[in-house]
Amino acid sequence: MAGVAVSTTINGDAVEYLCQPDETLLEVLRDRLGLTGAKEGCGTGDCGACSVIVDGRLVCSCLVLGAEAEGRKVETIEGMAHGDQLHPLQQKFLEHAALQCGICTPGFLIAAKDLLEKNPSPTEEEIRFGLAGNLCRCTGYDKIVRAVQDAAEVMKGA
Amino acid sequence: MRYIRPLSIEDAVGELAKAVGPAAILAGGSDLLVRMKGGFIEPELIVDIKAISGLADITQTADGFRIGAAVPCAVLGENKAVRKAWPGVVEAANLIGSKQVQGRCTITGNLCNASPAADSVPALVAAAAKAVVAGPSGKRTIAVESVPTGPGRTSLAKGEIIEAILLDKRPEHAGDAYLRFIPRTEMDIAVVSAGVNLTLDDKGAIKTARVALGAAAPTVLLVEEAGQVLVGSRLDEATLERLAKICSGACRPIDDKRGTIEFRRKVAGVLAQRAAAIAYKRAGGK
Repeated sequence: MAGVAVSTTINGDAVEYLCQPDETLLEVLRDRLGLTGAKEGCGTGDCGACSVIVDGRLVCSCLVLGAEAEGRKVETIEGMAHGDQLHPLQQKFLEHAALQCGICTPGFLIAAKDLLEKNPSPTEEEIRFGLAGNLCRCTGYDKIVRAVQDAAEVMKGA
Repeated sequence: MRYIRPLSIEDAVGELAKAVGPAAILAGGSDLLVRMKGGFIEPELIVDIKAISGLADITQTADGFRIGAAVPCAVLGENKAVRKAWPGVVEAANLIGSKQVQGRCTITGNLCNASPAADSVPALVAAAAKAVVAGPSGKRTIAVESVPTGPGRTSLAKGEIIEAILLDKRPEHAGDAYLRFIPRTEMDIAVVSAGVNLTLDDKGAIKTARVALGAAAPTVLLVEEAGQVLVGSRLDEATLERLAKICSGACRPIDDKRGTIEFRRKVAGVLAQRAAAIAYKRAGGK
């Protein structure tokens, strides 16, 4: 079976790959490109562990075909820190212990980044609704919400 | 399996019309990819319609709005003009799934997936929205309520694609609303739902009304009698009682894990009353 040739941009870098027509963007990122930050939780768009940003839109990469990335701009968790310099959200997740097993964390960070870019001063309720597409079975969400609130303060001051 | 991304609606229709095995149309993929993953559908051809000119655009025309089939619900929600004219349609569309799903899902896909519980469909039916269908023998415009024929089934023929949803321009004193019942606060599928669309005369009496119910029958229901009972009223208590009774009576629901027949009947009436009150207020009624 012939593959689909795709030219795309991932975290600012031009990337080319061949994928099968039924292969998801998540599978391409993880299995072909070695970008294993996005996780497969449910594989059906319910848990948000595979969240990435495509052309400025937060999406579940398990519900996007690899072939659809042609000509798009994809942002993943691997592009969030600048070298050793963590993104304020990453720093605050550490400080607030907003993770335990860590499987959901890349998805939460990407979703929270998208949330704060669109709404720099969200209320607690807006954060909880904004992150409703991301499931966490460890933290009970409270520490995640606090970390996002704290990061929002830091980012506003920056 | 083949994946193609045609640049014109004619090419897309042509490919679908000549497809030998099962073919699927891909816009947001939030239903299609889940069904593929679950093994419910194994398409031999996927036609991605997002690169077709005009399908990703919302355009304002002399008659109203044209919402392209590939417009994600998040984009619809950010459109101030549509939100102002049709707040009920937009709030229904924005209830589908999470932020992640909103970035991909479309109202056309919601309609064509033909779930009785589709959130945007009762609002679109109440709004008297129309679907522009492109097919091998040309284009036709049909009422949205004629698209779903049963759970997962539509009236679309082989080779046909809905390219846009049309919403009328609003007269003065018009309002619509959509409400659903879910046991959670977010990220759930409607147990039962109601969409109401009203226009008022200069004195505040209801001039025209359309009421639609979701998850209450095999397809979304347009309850014409419920609309008729509202006409001429100002939503007094007695009218609201009759509205609820008609809606409860019109339901043909099922018992399932989300709710019983009895519960769905009761709540359909209550939601219709509440949605009517919101639509009335939005239309400027007091």
